[in-house]
Amino acid sequence: MTTAPTPVPTPAATDEFSGGPGVSGTASPAPARSHAKRRAPRGGSWMATLPLFAFFVIAFGLPAVAIVIGAFTVSSDAETGAGSFTTANLTDSVSGAYWTALLSSLKLSALTALIGTLVGLPIAQAVVTSRFRMLREAVLTASGVLANFGGLPLAFAFVATLGNAGELTKLFHLTDHGWTLYSFSGLSVAYLYFLIPLMVLTITPALDGLRLQWREAAQNNRATGLQYWRFVALPILLPSLLGGFVLLFGSAFAAYATAAAMVGATVPLISRQIADALSGNVLVGQGNLALALSLDMIIVAVVVMAIYLPLQRRSARWLS
Amino acid sequence: MAQLTSRSPMRRPRLGRGLVLLVAALYFLIPMGASIWFSISDNNGIGFQAYTGLLGAEGFTDSLWLTLKLALATVVLLLLLLVPAMIAARLGSPRLRTILEVLCTLPLVVPPVALTAGMIGVLRWGPDYLMDTPFFQTFVFVQQPEFPIVLVLAYVLMALPLAYRALDAGLRSVDVRTLVEAARNCGASWPRSVFTVILPNLRGALLNASFLTLALVLGEFTAASILGYQPFPVWIYAVGNSQGQMSVAVSVLSLLITWVLLLLLAAAGRERRHKPAHS
Repeated sequence: MTTAPTPVPTPAATDEFSGGPGVSGTASPAPARSHAKRRAPRGGSWMATLPLFAFFVIAFGLPAVAIVIGAFTVSSDAETGAGSFTTANLTDSVSGAYWTALLSSLKLSALTALIGTLVGLPIAQAVVTSRFRMLREAVLTASGVLANFGGLPLAFAFVATLGNAGELTKLFHLTDHGWTLYSFSGLSVAYLYFLIPLMVLTITPALDGLRLQWREAAQNNRATGLQYWRFVALPILLPSLLGGFVLLFGSAFAAYATAAAMVGATVPLISRQIADALSGNVLVGQGNLALALSLDMIIVAVVVMAIYLPLQRRSARWLS
Repeated sequence: MAQLTSRSPMRRPRLGRGLVLLVAALYFLIPMGASIWFSISDNNGIGFQAYTGLLGAEGFTDSLWLTLKLALATVVLLLLLLVPAMIAARLGSPRLRTILEVLCTLPLVVPPVALTAGMIGVLRWGPDYLMDTPFFQTFVFVQQPEFPIVLVLAYVLMALPLAYRALDAGLRSVDVRTLVEAARNCGASWPRSVFTVILPNLRGALLNASFLTLALVLGEFTAASILGYQPFPVWIYAVGNSQGQMSVAVSVLSLLITWVLLLLLAAAGRERRHKPAHS
């Protein structure tokens, strides 16, 4: 299967092999394929994909080229040498405040992804082993909604709940205990709100793939529950868990709106620095800095995907 | 035997399972409850001013209208680009399928902020290098504030991985090649076999992809705000800075809308799933 940033329990996907109405009826009289018949669609198949390729070149290719070119050239607003090759943008983008922001982004993403993985697993396990089908469907649908519930609404919901004038804050006088939402920990709590459901969605198919016979076999060999998890279940789940962790990391890393609306500039994040730099909030001559920062971000995302895709393939092989 | 093995270990986790689900439910329900309460409570009891005031608020209809137009354009363009390509890839060589899969996964590598930065970089080429060429008009046209086509391009790109996955799941359950060959052997033309045979079989997947795209566009903030347009999410942000209660009310509403969209989606899928059993 392919990957998606926020997999949603697709009703269409659950009945994968039911074939849809009418398939079996029309399938039987299928004739041997003649060469003429096959050639017609093949020539046309490139034609049909052409618009997509053209769109891709324009909407994806051009910006990508712009980022790479911009990251390695002197900004047009610089005093001298506008347009000439330089690595200064990239050097600047990994030093000083920008380096702090990048590190802070990485730290936040890693921490929330780790917590999300550790918390999402027991929830998914509780749902998978539950006898109530309704509960399972409800939790998976809710996870689908919440995993997509990033951005602004999430920020406002948390401000209303745990912000300075939030309901819980007022109820328990949390401010007196040193709580503030507009901090690293506050942002983590908010991020987990969409990361945990994402983990539940990601790990549920893997947990479904754990066969009951494996557990029984382990028990017949007098393994305790702990030993079963330690030596049987976790090794099988490991690629899926790691893959889920990397996916969560990527989502947290790319998130922008929640942080922008919730904490403003109190927690430095690279996505915010890019937005700032794009709004002209940089020194003269550093107009291309935003593009260099974007390149940094893309490099991290490429690494994330390079780890995620093989892991996902591996877990798919085990648990099919 | 099966009873023996399953009874004793099953009992203990049940309590733990309940506890896990309870804690999770608390974590996920409290912010929703608190938001609703926050949006309806005022100094003297309960009031719905935040909700009723929305309709009259300045810019509400404009931004909502803009977002709906963008959403519609995005869904249409996305399906027009993706559906023919994916059907063709099923019919054509496996190599094409691989290319398509890689292509539709690529946007995941570029976070929205970075994509926006790149787009701004491209848009700057207009005034910088292309001032005297006909291309310049294209750049102006693409950025017109009444209907920023550049946002549609960005949204289609962001929705591409999601929509690809949804459509791919649908196509897996349908033997496209056999269906097309059967239709062609019965004398149907190419367009006819696609429109009356394949697309109806993909109804669920098409709906799924459309809803996911719709949800994405309704909530997208990054690209729009950095590029300086004001669709609905950006408007909410602006309102949130001045009227906190109203912004929370909008958040509650947007959550409700997402729920309704996904429930519709689930209902559409279920209807389709049950049909073969009844007929």
